[in-house]
Amino acid sequence: MPGAYTGDEAAAYAAKQCRVDVVAAYPITPQTIIVERFSDYVADGEVDTKYLYAESEHSAMSACVGASLAGARVFTATASQGLALMHEVLYLASGLRCPIVMAVVNRALSAPINIHGDHSDMMGSRDCGWIQLYAENAQETYDLIVQAFKIAEEETVQLPVTVNLDGFTVSHATESMKVLSDEDVDKFLPPRKPIFKVDPETPITVGAMALPEYYYEVKRQQEEAIQKSKGVVKMVGDEYGKFTGRRYGFMETFGLEDADAAIMCLGSTCGTVRSVAKDLRAKGKKVGLIKLWTYRPFPTEEFLSTIKDLKALAVMDRAISFGAPYGALCSDVSSALQNTGMDIKVMNMIYGLGGRDTPPSTVREVFDEALRTAKTGRVKERIRFLDVRE
Amino acid sequence: MMVALKDLPKEEPYAPGHRLCAGCGPSISVRMALKASRGPTVVVNATGCVEVSTTIYPYTAWRIPWVHTLFENIGAVAGGLEYAYEALERRGQLKGKVDIIALGGDGGTFDIGIQALSGMLERGHDVVYICYDNEAYMNTGIQRSGATPRGAATTTSPAGKVIPGKRGKKKDLAGICAAHGISYVATASIGFFGDYIDKVRRAIEVDGPAVVHVLAPCPLGWRSNPSDTIKLAKMAVQTGLFPIYEIIDGKYKLSLKPGRLIPLEEYLKLQGRFSHLLKPEFKDELEAIKREVEDEYKRILSLAGEHVT
Ligand SMILES: Cc1ncc(C[n+]2csc(CCOP(=O)(O)OP(=O)(O)O)c2C)c(N)n1
Repeated sequence: MPGAYTGDEAAAYAAKQCRVDVVAAYPITPQTIIVERFSDYVADGEVDTKYLYAESEHSAMSACVGASLAGARVFTATASQGLALMHEVLYLASGLRCPIVMAVVNRALSAPINIHGDHSDMMGSRDCGWIQLYAENAQETYDLIVQAFKIAEEETVQLPVTVNLDGFTVSHATESMKVLSDEDVDKFLPPRKPIFKVDPETPITVGAMALPEYYYEVKRQQEEAIQKSKGVVKMVGDEYGKFTGRRYGFMETFGLEDADAAIMCLGSTCGTVRSVAKDLRAKGKKVGLIKLWTYRPFPTEEFLSTIKDLKALAVMDRAISFGAPYGALCSDVSSALQNTGMDIKVMNMIYGLGGRDTPPSTVREVFDEALRTAKTGRVKERIRFLDVRE
Repeated sequence: MMVALKDLPKEEPYAPGHRLCAGCGPSISVRMALKASRGPTVVVNATGCVEVSTTIYPYTAWRIPWVHTLFENIGAVAGGLEYAYEALERRGQLKGKVDIIALGGDGGTFDIGIQALSGMLERGHDVVYICYDNEAYMNTGIQRSGATPRGAATTTSPAGKVIPGKRGKKKDLAGICAAHGISYVATASIGFFGDYIDKVRRAIEVDGPAVVHVLAPCPLGWRSNPSDTIKLAKMAVQTGLFPIYEIIDGKYKLSLKPGRLIPLEEYLKLQGRFSHLLKPEFKDELEAIKREVEDEYKRILSLAGEHVT
């Protein structure tokens, strides 16, 4: 069924069709529309969901953890400061193996206060143990949320998932997109079957204190689960593809078969990069795009086999990792390349902070630079800040 | 109504074998509270002494479902559980009502968790919130909290040469909770166990949120004799320092009719945390504290419509 949706509306609609039992959330721009739409569904009796209007994001995520432990299917959404306020609880959700799904509408962090899109919020919670997916547009937001529940709730995974969409460029832009029928979503996503739950009939202690004798093992198991979730991400992406014709997985590539130089990034910017790459291809330039849908778990092996014939790779980070050698994504890329013997020149571009526009002309510059590097084998600038007044 | 010892259920949902101190008031408060439970019960416990000392993996002292997540969020976690049970019941995946008890210390309630508690009360979750009050952050080593009484020495409100212990008075938790317009709030003391258990039971029976604030002395933090825990819990009430009462639909009702109050010094002198107040140099401070206790006691009495003498 085609229709016109903003990214936020797409997220709310997906959650509705996934028949979530509990939503607990707190408003923050540019996520607000998600909770408003969902409140409409509740007010109009279109959903069976219990909506907990929390008094803060910290409580919203806490309530999600409580509801998830009880065995419910749980959804929430946030952005920026809201995600930062949840930070402490994010670790609880993953450590207690709660398959919560959260839309994160990526927005810059204070100070200075700014409501526009960048990835500083999610990168600040990069190591919270959640599976992290990134959407390019409203369609992908919808598709990824439906898949996210299936991934999260899979028996071997039992981990929370964020679906990231860029503030305003995706959250507020109306696009035409396809949605599934309610029946089809039901077919794809059966009701949640919790592996364990806080159920009065079978007393369990959840969240016990684990001292040095046990804590490490629990964390090791958690890492094993997120590593193993790769298989599930792929399986669910394939299944969704068979179901809808829109196949997902770890990453989408364009032009990688014979490219010398490529750009790698997350989210909405991938659209601009793809379009510029198409133009350049038409002019005979061997360029390509690597768009990561799945940032955590990082698909290291698949990534390495994808880039093996590249000569240069420009990694675009929409957040600064202050004082670090590179932005977060580029650090991951560099460490994945360690000890592989591959000779691919990597350069890092920081871009688009606080919603700064990244026009096609900027992307073209990045491609030019990457192609030059591919030819000369020399990285001119290890890290560059695009479109900034120095 | 007042429970008699012989009528208490034999079941011990809170098993022995935890690692709380000898004479631990909070531990007693938990055991007593669960004596009042009726059907299937789930406990959500904030970080603090009770939490860390009852569940050191792979052991647990809980024979009923028990959840710990954080220090400051039990109001919200309990709310999430309640909504989930409601949703699951609607889907036919859960039979019957579950009683949810949120259990936090004074730090987790008066201070860091008060926002989540307030949200829980405002939204009207059917949860019983029990705050066991040992008047400081004991788990981290006796630091002052918003429940620490004026003048008490803690590790962050030490009795120094110029400052005699904690400044500022104890927050009126019951008043703050009642101001949300909820139908049941009570203060209690483990020194009056029948009254306390009755109040927990009444709180459970209330539809919607209910709060029980129970005084539970900590021998380590109060620097008192472990065998004096119950005695101190009684004396706090009998000195007028910790009046026990109910606030039912906004109306105050005293639980212990006022007679002659025991002099405050009797209570203070059994506790190391107050020893400085009994020195001559802090005589004025002690007088000020006594006046404050008296004023506060009279305020509660008059709210309860009792004669102030
Ligand atoms: C956000 C946060 N800040 C601080 C702490 C450290 N902390 C753990 S328990 C505690 C004090 C608990 O005091 P209280 O609630 O009075 O319970 P008690 O220890 O007396 O039982 C503190 C400060 C924490 N766990 N989380």
